[in-house]
Amino acid sequence: MAAEHFLDFEAPLQDLKTRMTEMRKLEGSKEGELPIKDLEEELNRLHIKEKSVMRRLYRNLTPWQKVQVSRHPNRPHAKDYIRHLITDFVPLAGDRLYAEDEAMQSGIGKFLGKSVVVLGIEKGKNTADRVKHNFGMPKPEGYRKAQRLMDMAEKFGLPVVTFVDTPGAFPGVEAEERGQSEAIASCIEKLLTLNVPVVSVVTGEGGSGGALAVAVADKVLMLEHSIYSVISPEGCASILWRDARSASTAAQALKLTSTDLKKLGIIDGIIKEPVGGAQRDYTLTMKRVSAEIAKCLNEIEKAGASKQSRRAKFIALTRLNDN
Amino acid sequence: MSWLRSITKPGVFTRSKKDVKANVWVKCPSCGDMLYRKDLAANLNICTNCGHHHRISVQARLAYLCDEGTTQEVSVPAPKVDPLKFKDRKSYADRLKDAKKASDGEDAFKVVIGDVDGVTTVLCLLDFAFMAGSMGTYVGEAIVKAAQTAKEKNLPLVLVPASGGARMQEGILSLMQMARTTAAILDLKDAGLPYLVLLTDPTTGGVTASFAMQGDVLMAEPGALIGFAGPRVIQQTIGETLPEGFQTAEYLKDHGMVDMVTGRHQQKAEIAKIFKILTKA
Ligand SMILES: [Zn+2]
Repeated sequence: MAAEHFLDFEAPLQDLKTRMTEMRKLEGSKEGELPIKDLEEELNRLHIKEKSVMRRLYRNLTPWQKVQVSRHPNRPHAKDYIRHLITDFVPLAGDRLYAEDEAMQSGIGKFLGKSVVVLGIEKGKNTADRVKHNFGMPKPEGYRKAQRLMDMAEKFGLPVVTFVDTPGAFPGVEAEERGQSEAIASCIEKLLTLNVPVVSVVTGEGGSGGALAVAVADKVLMLEHSIYSVISPEGCASILWRDARSASTAAQALKLTSTDLKKLGIIDGIIKEPVGGAQRDYTLTMKRVSAEIAKCLNEIEKAGASKQSRRAKFIALTRLNDN
Repeated sequence: MSWLRSITKPGVFTRSKKDVKANVWVKCPSCGDMLYRKDLAANLNICTNCGHHHRISVQARLAYLCDEGTTQEVSVPAPKVDPLKFKDRKSYADRLKDAKKASDGEDAFKVVIGDVDGVTTVLCLLDFAFMAGSMGTYVGEAIVKAAQTAKEKNLPLVLVPASGGARMQEGILSLMQMARTTAAILDLKDAGLPYLVLLTDPTTGGVTASFAMQGDVLMAEPGALIGFAGPRVIQQTIGETLPEGFQTAEYLKDHGMVDMVTGRHQQKAEIAKIFKILTKA
């Protein structure tokens, strides 16, 4: 894992970490003012304090803080989920029409011994990697490759599992020229014509239509601190508040957290994150995500997946009661 | 039937509150000519000098697309109002009130059954005058209702989008309309009924990336702005200079994204012809 990266609201954690690092240095140099025994006691005390501060911070995250956590650079990304959860993974590239899109990771493999088709939007880990994956912003070819794999899933009767983490579909001249809107529209359409189970997990940022394109699923799950929104809080703030600095206010108003979406009946489940967020414990995160996907696939198979049931589910969405 | 009621008497379509108040002269943004508003309206809001298609009200559009006296409005069940209790510099509830006052619709749509050159059709028009034609739950419901009505009555469907995209004030609920509308339209398509989209100025965002691009036939109005990301967003985030005529109807046709660019005077006959061929009538 990369070096620990602290978000602004994690300042108390960062302070503790700095103090602990300094004390360990002292311990090594044997020149400290405190005897080693006291040092160790103090380190232990700080370690316990760190845990409790983390618990407290993460129990009461504001929507804006969740936005930050969802975008945390060390958070597990699509490729991490694929590496941990899918065995015998065979990446499949290209839309057969124009290009390969590295933002849309795709392939076939085994999930807990069962054959599946996997799609995942990948943001990348470091600068070079981010550029390669276009910062997780798929182009039309990415969505067309996704459709090709969905067809494959239908043909071979395989469930589709998607991992969603994107600021949105790529807004560029060439994307428009090649029909970004048509590509997204057709992706949504394709998911609503499949008769195999579809499970989607929003793992980080569920950014607008670019996310929805691969999240029209029988079961849509969100990681506890992930977000899912029609527009980024910054974008919303600059349009409606005419000030991008109102992003935290917009984040609150947009109701984009997993608890909000569950309350609104938009998602089917929330996957609890380890204390301090998924970025702090990959193993536990993977274990929980795996268990939830398995549970969902079971439920869908029992109920029977069909395009009709998926269409009915989505048509019924947003028909909120009272009034 | 109870859900059908006559829209309004023929002939009063073009005289909305807004038209009366506005100036008698209009400057054409394309050629700069000063146009007498009455002449402009008589020419379906097309510049008599350069042919530029000015925006047109939902009522005026229905008046030229449908045969006189044939339209009947289809009522759409109202969803929960302001589900998120959204407030930015102004509350969404107030924005809705203002929008309702300024237009004659309940939200940014109108659904009717009418004859298009003799072909009975369900039409759903988005109203740009109502909060920029943005798609929230009510607009989504209207599209679902239009598709389901067409399916039940075995009729073709015409959708006329004019929209800035999703309605931010309904957050994630507005995003879900992309999937809902698509689902309803797929049911119509499965029934073998034709679906035509008449793309008008402007059609962007989540509307373009869902039902607006799913027509069996995509007809675009001359000069209309049609795209996923707005030109400003593309310029700001990417820093690319935009090519000449970027995201216009003609540009989309050149790039293979729409079937035809059709002027207002020809649309009605073309739509009817297409439906007759597709339904072997
Ligand atoms: Zn002109």
